[in-house]
Formats: sequence, C-alpha cells, structure tokens
Amino acid sequence: MKTYTYTEKKDTRSGFGAGLAELGRTHPNVVALCADLVGSLKMNTFINENPKRFFQVGVAEANMMGIAAGLTIGGKIPFTGTFANFSTGRVYDQIRQSIAYSGKNVKICASHAGLTLGEDGATHQILEDIGLMKMLPGMVVINPCDYNQTKAATIAIADHVGPVYLRFGRPSVPIFTPADQKFEIGKAIRFTEGNDVTIVATGHLVWEALEASKVLHEKGISAEVINIHTIKPLDEQAILDSVRKTGCIVTCEEHNILGGLGESVARTLALSHPTPQEFVATNDTFGESGTPAQLMKKYGLDSEAIISKVETVIKRK
Amino acid sequence: MPNTQDLENICTQVRRDILRMVHKVNSGHPGGSLGCTEFLVALYYTIMERKDQFDMDGLGEDIFFLSNGHISPLFYSVLARNGYFPIEELNTFRLIDSRLQGHPTTHEGLPGVRIASGSLGQGMSVAIGAAQAKKLNNDPHLIYSLHGDGELQEGQNWEAMMYAAANQVDNLIATVDLNGQQIDGATDDVLPMGNLKDKFEAFGWSVTVIEEGNSIEAILEGMAEAKSKTGEGKPVCVLLKTVMGHGVDFMMHTHAWHGKAPNDEQLAIGLAQNPETLGDY
Repeated sequence: MKTYTYTEKKDTRSGFGAGLAELGRTHPNVVALCADLVGSLKMNTFINENPKRFFQVGVAEANMMGIAAGLTIGGKIPFTGTFANFSTGRVYDQIRQSIAYSGKNVKICASHAGLTLGEDGATHQILEDIGLMKMLPGMVVINPCDYNQTKAATIAIADHVGPVYLRFGRPSVPIFTPADQKFEIGKAIRFTEGNDVTIVATGHLVWEALEASKVLHEKGISAEVINIHTIKPLDEQAILDSVRKTGCIVTCEEHNILGGLGESVARTLALSHPTPQEFVATNDTFGESGTPAQLMKKYGLDSEAIISKVETVIKRK
Repeated sequence: MPNTQDLENICTQVRRDILRMVHKVNSGHPGGSLGCTEFLVALYYTIMERKDQFDMDGLGEDIFFLSNGHISPLFYSVLARNGYFPIEELNTFRLIDSRLQGHPTTHEGLPGVRIASGSLGQGMSVAIGAAQAKKLNNDPHLIYSLHGDGELQEGQNWEAMMYAAANQVDNLIATVDLNGQQIDGATDDVLPMGNLKDKFEAFGWSVTVIEEGNSIEAILEGMAEAKSKTGEGKPVCVLLKTVMGHGVDFMMHTHAWHGKAPNDEQLAIGLAQNPETLGDY
C-alpha cells in the first residue's frame, strides 16, 4: 500500500498568496481586490509588487464583486479575496447577476472556509458555500487539499476563462502533494489504490482520508483514496471507475451534508451506478468556537470519523 | 452629427418602439423608459464616442452601463437604431428564445450589452470597475451609467459612491434618473432619500443637476458640463430630473405605468401622440 507522509504543515491560504504573487509576475492582466483582509488572505506580496493592480475596497463585499465584474470589461482578470462566508452568502445576488449570469471572468478566492477557522465561531464559519456556488450555472468550484495544491490551483484558474470559486482555509495542514504539480481543473487524483472501499475527499480532509486508509489497511480493509479538488465540474468518470471496483463509497468534506461534494457524488451514482454511500460532513448544523482539532472531532470530520463511516458502508454492500 | 430636431425625431420614434414592444407582450416597463428617452438618445447619438463594431472590452471608446435594467425597452430600441442588432429584432422583446430578455443580459450575446442588470443597485460598482480598467489600460475614454432614483435605496450604491471618491474614479459620469417615482408610489412616500445632491457631494462627488431632463438641449448642455468635470480627481454625478412616462400624456406624472403595458386603445392614443419619424420596425 502506498503511504504518504509530510515534513511540513502550512495554511492553504498561504498557498493562495504564493500563487497570486506568481501570477503577478507572469500574468499582467491579473488584478486583485480585497475587502479589508489583506493579511488574512496573504495578499501582501502581490500588493507590494503590483500596487497599481490592487484594489482595496474596504469592508464592502457587494461593491467588491461588482467592481470585479466591471474590471473584466477591458480584459482584466480579477481575483477577489475575503473570507468564504463574505465571499458567497453575503454577496450571492451580486455574484449571481453581475458575475455568473453575466459570464464574467472573475476568480472568487475564499479563505477561512468551514469550521476550522476555529475560535471566531459560527458567524464566520460557513458550511454552505460549496452548495451556494455549485448551484450557479457556469461556476467552477475548487477546494484544494494542501498548500502546494492551492498554489497550483490559484495559478491554473487564471487561464480558465469564466467565473471560479476557489475555497481554502486558515489552519496549518500537512503538505503532501508535490511543489511542482500541474493543476488540472476537473481532474480527480487517485492517491491510493484499493479494492474494498472508495474514499472521495476534498480540501484538507484528503489528508484525514489518507490517515484513515493507513488504519484501515492494518484492519485488512483496502481503501482507494481519491482527491476531488474540483467539485464542479465533477470528475464523474473517476468516481464511477472506482466504485465499480470497490462497490461502496465514503465522501468527505468540511461542509454541510446538504449541498456539498457528497450530494454531487450521490447524484452521479444515482444516475449511473447506484452504490452504498456514507457521508463525512457536518449534519445540517452551524459551527461554534473551538480549536480546529476540537471542531473536527466534535463534528465528525477527522480520520476517526472516516474510519467509522467506512466500516458502516462496507456492511451495506 | 444630428441636430436638436433630428434628436427629437429619433426620440419620437423610440417612444413608438417602447409602446409597441411592451404592448405586444403585455408586459415590461414603459414609464421609466419614456422618461429617459431623451437622455439615452442624446447619449448614444451625440455624447458618447463609440466604435462601429461592438466588442465586450470596449477599448478605445466610451462605455455605457444601464443599472436600472427594467427600462430595457428604451435600451433595446436605442441599441437597435444605432445598428448594434437588426431593428426587426425588437419584435422579439420578452418572447421565448429571444436575445431581448425582460431585463438586459450578456447571456444571449446581444451586442451592446456588457452586463446583466435588473436586480437593482449593482451597476455603479460595475461601472467603477470598468472605469478603473480604462485607467489601467491608459484608455482616456469615459464610462457612463444610468441609475433609477428608487434604486439608490439599495445600500451597494453607497458603498460604491464612497469607493469611487476615495479612489478618484474621475472618468465616470453616473446619471440618476430623478423621476421621483417607484413601484409603490412617490419616492418621498416610499422612502424619502433627502437631498441627493448634498449626499453625493458629501460623498466626494462633483454633481451636475439637469432641471429639464426631457429637454434635448438641457441634456446636451448639462452633459457637456459634466464631461468638463471629469479628470479632476472626483467621480461625476448627473441628477437628471425627468417626468416618468414623458411624451404619452396619460402616462405622465404617475407611478402607475412603471411596469404596466397599454391596452389596444391606449396604444393607439400613445402612438397618435408620437407620429412615425424613422419608420416602425
């Protein structure tokens, strides 16, 4: 069994900052906007190197989305930066009309997604953003798994023409993908091969899935871990190929069970290959204050939760 | 360049287009469309510097954004009569499979439209973004936008106004259609907004007031003044005092025709008050 280790932990938002800095050097039409969260979004390098291509809008996210839409008229490629909550729910109609329906080439970059921003609590912990954004026609939805993948995704979306939602987070999480990777939108990555269960994960839960697969291996369960970094468009073929072999699946995400990756996978399976599925996700609830590790445990998102769901789903085969 | 009488004649024809479009489908918004006819005709035929061919980026030309998208009949008529798409296409307004959706959109690829609008309060932000793109591109052309007065009740406008002044977006002329009416009645009854001139000025904008917003001459004079204020470090606002329903007597001075189409008899009266000048579509 192939196993993964890590030597360093880093926040995925810093991967975004590094990717944006690189785009500043390679893509003269890339511009950035921020709603008073430059430090949190790690945008300082881009700003220092490209002061005229940065727009500080203050605490005014609706205006930021409209300005971003306008900047595309004239050929700019705007990257907006704020927390996931303020990048989606707060400005849904602005994104819907001025960006998605208008087909504007805006990259909505959202940090502090999910529970693991931690102590700030539920007002800032959005668990509905994947659902909100994937429902918008034409919107690409990406949730990378570590620092390197987030950096690669940030660079890749600049060359995709159309609106993109890029979701990442605050806590330091293991770096286990290569620094020199090429990011392919909509292309799943298989980390381990297995025959007994498919584990599909997005965001930093990919690491939790890999940790789970080690324990499962010791228990004699062979798990195939697949990284779905792009929730929309979904790599349906990769999922179907795997479940045809394993016969059951667990989906893992730091998001509400309603509207997330798990539902997209369930729809795919229902249409093409009905398969027992269990969900690692929050269960239609708001979050609360706590450390990331405490929250992951309490809301059933860690490797222990994945192991438990795997054991359940295998019994349903 | 057309003279004042030419522009008046164009307005008469555009009014006919508006009435016939909304009558045919028994829906749409004639009141605000008629009230802004002189403004949009003057803008497209005289004031703006435009290229012959439409492209989305609009480099090297002035750009217009309609924020109060419900006055789409006016927008479509003026675009069609300026050659952006065939005049006959006005026949398809609000019909299934049409590029002329109820509210303007880029989604169907209609030339002349650069942003979807209809959900109110978003156009000023978009116009600011396009204005800043012009500056990044070293393009000296201007951005024009049009907003309803009731639309200013949306808070996003005030975010945008604060931002535009702070960032010296002085290549933008945002016009507010001050007709004093909105769906539920007079703006002063629904939600009084106080002195908008004072408010724009307090937010750091230069303001030009056009008292006779349905007079071509007053519009040309006022917009020339507004244009002369661009490039001086402040965004420019035009407060355009119009009469909703202008040019069709029974539609004037009331909010009743905000979103209501005339019946056959009313259409005939309205058309009689606006004889054909350029030829109906």
